[in-house]
Amino acid sequence: MSNSAILSSSIAKKYWMALTGLFLCLFLVGHLLGNLQLIFVTGEEGKRTFNEYAYFMTHNPFVKVLSYVTYLSILFHAIDGFLLTIKNNKARPVPYAYNNPGANSSTPSRYMALLGSLILVFIVTHMANFWWKMKFSSDPMPLHQVVVANPQSGAEETFYITHTGDYIPTSAFDGEGEMPAAMEVRNGTEFFLKEVNLKRGEGYKDLHSVVLSFFGQDKTKDGVPEKNEMALFAVIFYVTAMMVLAFHLWHGFASAFQSLGLNHRAYNKMIRVAGQTFAIIVPALFAIIPILLFMNK
Amino acid sequence: MASKFINITLKIWRQKNSQAKGSMETYQLDHVSTDSSFLEMLDQLNEQLISERKEPIAFDHDCREGICGMCSLYINGRAHGPDTGITTCQLHMRMFKDGDTIYVEPWRSAAFPVIKDLVVDRSAFDRIQQAGGFVSVNTSGRTIDANSIPVPKTDADKAFEAAACIGCGACVATCKNGSAMLFVGAKVSQYALLPQGKVEAKNRVLNMVRQMDEEGFGNCTNTGACEIECPKGISLENIARMNREFLSAAISSEN
Ligand code: HEM
Ligand code: SF4
Ligand code: FES
Repeated sequence: MSNSAILSSSIAKKYWMALTGLFLCLFLVGHLLGNLQLIFVTGEEGKRTFNEYAYFMTHNPFVKVLSYVTYLSILFHAIDGFLLTIKNNKARPVPYAYNNPGANSSTPSRYMALLGSLILVFIVTHMANFWWKMKFSSDPMPLHQVVVANPQSGAEETFYITHTGDYIPTSAFDGEGEMPAAMEVRNGTEFFLKEVNLKRGEGYKDLHSVVLSFFGQDKTKDGVPEKNEMALFAVIFYVTAMMVLAFHLWHGFASAFQSLGLNHRAYNKMIRVAGQTFAIIVPALFAIIPILLFMNK
Repeated sequence: MASKFINITLKIWRQKNSQAKGSMETYQLDHVSTDSSFLEMLDQLNEQLISERKEPIAFDHDCREGICGMCSLYINGRAHGPDTGITTCQLHMRMFKDGDTIYVEPWRSAAFPVIKDLVVDRSAFDRIQQAGGFVSVNTSGRTIDANSIPVPKTDADKAFEAAACIGCGACVATCKNGSAMLFVGAKVSQYALLPQGKVEAKNRVLNMVRQMDEEGFGNCTNTGACEIECPKGISLENIARMNREFLSAAISSEN
């Protein structure tokens, strides 16, 4: 009995829902702090900081474990949520001809499944936009480049930066006339001296530029600036999604504590206020990022 | 307060029996005293129907003073109608205005099938209660007097508040998920808080929750509607307590 109860009972499902939900709230904080670098650290330094951060987030073993827990939480939270919702819908096969639910419950609390499903749509789209590109996409990510003026000639030259802080001129990767290129990029990020098959260093994927161009900055294709028609649409989509998240958390944050059995006169009000503050501030800060990137393009 | 008379239109769910397909029917009822209770108004409508040689409307009621929990009714979109902290027998027609249209429906829940018209079968609650909502006492002839066991005042008060649940089912009816967790939370709490109930606490909560799930009630999403519509003011604290009891029982129960 106890074994099956802890997995399949309605209350056990609620515990899982609450634990995964609160874990995702923690994830939101971490993700937000990382993303805020996009607006607080600007220029070349911002690009450098963000791309180094992105590298850290995709390579540090501890972060890797954490990110797998996050994927699992989203999956579990969504599946559990769907199972609960299916059972809830079955529990009232005949609807009321006249119902007035607004008299006794808040609107977000009654639309958790719909709000959650919309968030799921957003998460999938969001991962396709950036995460997929970073990790799997077959067309290679741009690599972090800097433009430096040659102290002697004054001419501007473009370099790739490596993890060890070396600068490798991008011209080394272009052949000139009869001359074949001396270097090439292998496995997306590794700089190789072709002739001797020697790895000279590894570059950073330039997620920063991908994000900036996604939300507004005009791209340059073959040196010609190209208008980013999709940027406004992307900004609106991301801001809307954050509003949906706000409503989900408006009810969800405090609800999770009740599910966990934490209900006491002494702290109920504090949890509710903290939850509603969290529900406004976190999505709002997330939403500001694409807006600012779009306005400052 | 001078009594007034109002004329109302009623839209009421009629269903011949549990198998039949029901529908909302419209009735006109004139000269209803605002001093009458909602059930008295239905009595008046039934007298009118009988005099017209029509089948009267079946509805549940017993004590008519808010203590038995029989009178159900979803009135104008709310369990026990447009007032809080009351049962339908305590709802008065002064809550309505002349010319109002009033919708009257049975509790809607897969676990509470309609028997006839506005009467639903709430024996699912009985089966949950039978699964663990009791304290086993041996009739040895030397049973200890309950009052000889000390109970902290705050626990006694909380147990008493939980025990005020009359099993009316308004919590299920009003919950968007048709969840019975307020009822079960109250029943689990009323025993869990008392020393007599602690002995069987683990099996009680596991068995009652299992029965609740088997009866087809939905899951709580903490909307809080039940607490507001409950005629006895049963608090959501009881659901939280049930969840805590459940967790500790589920991870530590011997069977
Ligand atoms: C970052 C994303 C998300 C966060 C931070 C989050 C957070 C939460 C929290 C804290 C709760 C309250 C848990 C409780 O009442 O015990 C909750 C409930 C819920 N979530 Fe999410 N959620 C997220 C995404 C999703 C997604 C993707 C779905 C579905 C596809 C979803 C569906 C639901 C449902 C249906 C509930 C109500 C379940 C219930 O109360 O029984 N959520 N969420
Ligand atoms: S908890 Fe309240 S609403 Fe639910 S059955 Fe008990 S008295 Fe009725
Ligand atoms: S008839 Fe007994 S509570 Fe209403």
